[in-house]
Amino acid sequence: MSNDPIHQFQISKLVPIEIGGLDLSFTNSSLFMVGTVAAAAGFLFLTTANRGLVPSRLQSISEMSYEFVASMLRDGAGSQGMRFFPMVFSLFMFVLVANLLGMFPYFFTVTSHLIVTFALAMLVIGTVVVYGFWKHGLHFLHLFVPSGVPGVLMPLVVMIEVISFLSRPISLSVRLFANMLAGHITLKVFAGFVASLGSLGALGIGTAILPLIMTVALTGLEFLVAFLQAYVFAVLTCMYLNDALHPGH
Amino acid sequence: MFVVTPAYAESNPTEGTHSETGAHGGEAAGGVFPPFDSSTFASQLLWLAITFGLFYLLMSKVIVPRIGGILEHRRDRIAQDLDEANRLKEEADNAIAAYEQELADARKKASAIAETAREKAKAAAEAERTSTEAELAARMADAEKSIAAIKVKALADVDTIAEDAATDVVKHLLGGAVTKAEVAAAIRAASGK
Repeated sequence: MSNDPIHQFQISKLVPIEIGGLDLSFTNSSLFMVGTVAAAAGFLFLTTANRGLVPSRLQSISEMSYEFVASMLRDGAGSQGMRFFPMVFSLFMFVLVANLLGMFPYFFTVTSHLIVTFALAMLVIGTVVVYGFWKHGLHFLHLFVPSGVPGVLMPLVVMIEVISFLSRPISLSVRLFANMLAGHITLKVFAGFVASLGSLGALGIGTAILPLIMTVALTGLEFLVAFLQAYVFAVLTCMYLNDALHPGH
Repeated sequence: MFVVTPAYAESNPTEGTHSETGAHGGEAAGGVFPPFDSSTFASQLLWLAITFGLFYLLMSKVIVPRIGGILEHRRDRIAQDLDEANRLKEEADNAIAAYEQELADARKKASAIAETAREKAKAAAEAERTSTEAELAARMADAEKSIAAIKVKALADVDTIAEDAATDVVKHLLGGAVTKAEVAAAIRAASGK
């Protein structure tokens, strides 16, 4: 077992696949993507199988997550936004379960890789752009032209709006990625302190209590972050979808 | 970390050796920081597309309609139950109103019955009183009639007595006899008849 805090993000091939010079191997990351999907879909599928009029505890967890995302989307993008509900719900559940699975020791965290979070963010922004142009045509560009701005300031404001729009996929993906990465590194570093201090004899074992307490506290914090980041990702998705639905503000 | 397998990145042959360093520096020197290792991007994107695509399909085709259906069914059921409760309440209210109406009717009827009974009793008493009065009046009339008859008879007797007395008086005083007819005429003249 390695003491290196970065080692947990290492991707290793489980089933090497190479097509046309592209490395498309089934890796530990792929395995945990499959695990995330299986866990999330399996949970939602099995707990709602009874379709109970009076929900069991597990069924009410599924219903709560459904209604949580539904109210988030309705608040963020209005009732028209409900057509994107399957997408927002999938994103929220996928990110949440991937984050939570990553909290298991020795498990790989899918969302700790920038390319994964970036792909999810591009899915959101791509949906916004495609739906925006498809629904509103060029009127979608009004998104960049806020009403009530004096003509002199207009070029500046439009530039700022464009830049902020372009930075959305970056901020959306980096926020999730960096939170998961930093959290796991911090946890690993403090847990490493426990191990290295523990090997220093009696005094070391005494002092090792401090990083141990820290590790426990950080674990709790990381569970919070795991949920919070999934929530933030979904909320921002709703806000961006709102722009696609109502570009004129 | 998860499974000890050969390092993914070909450019990272020293992976196994720096495991004791515990520092990022060792990693950076031997290879790329894993999240920025572009050689893994294609595989991650492919598998993300496969898994997330499948997940999206499952959500949109199975899970979302199912949970939505459960919630809607529950909402309908609750609304239906509330309607039923309202309906029953209305029915109960109607029953109470009908009961009170009936009670009021019964009360009215009872007082009407009492009233008619009173009226009837009064009428009977009145009828009895009038019939008694009529009877009394009839008796009184009879009595008056017999009194009148007796009086007439008595008066008629007075004439006879007066005739007799006059005849006797004349006989005694004048010593002569007078006929009855003369006496009667004289009495009639005397009494102004």
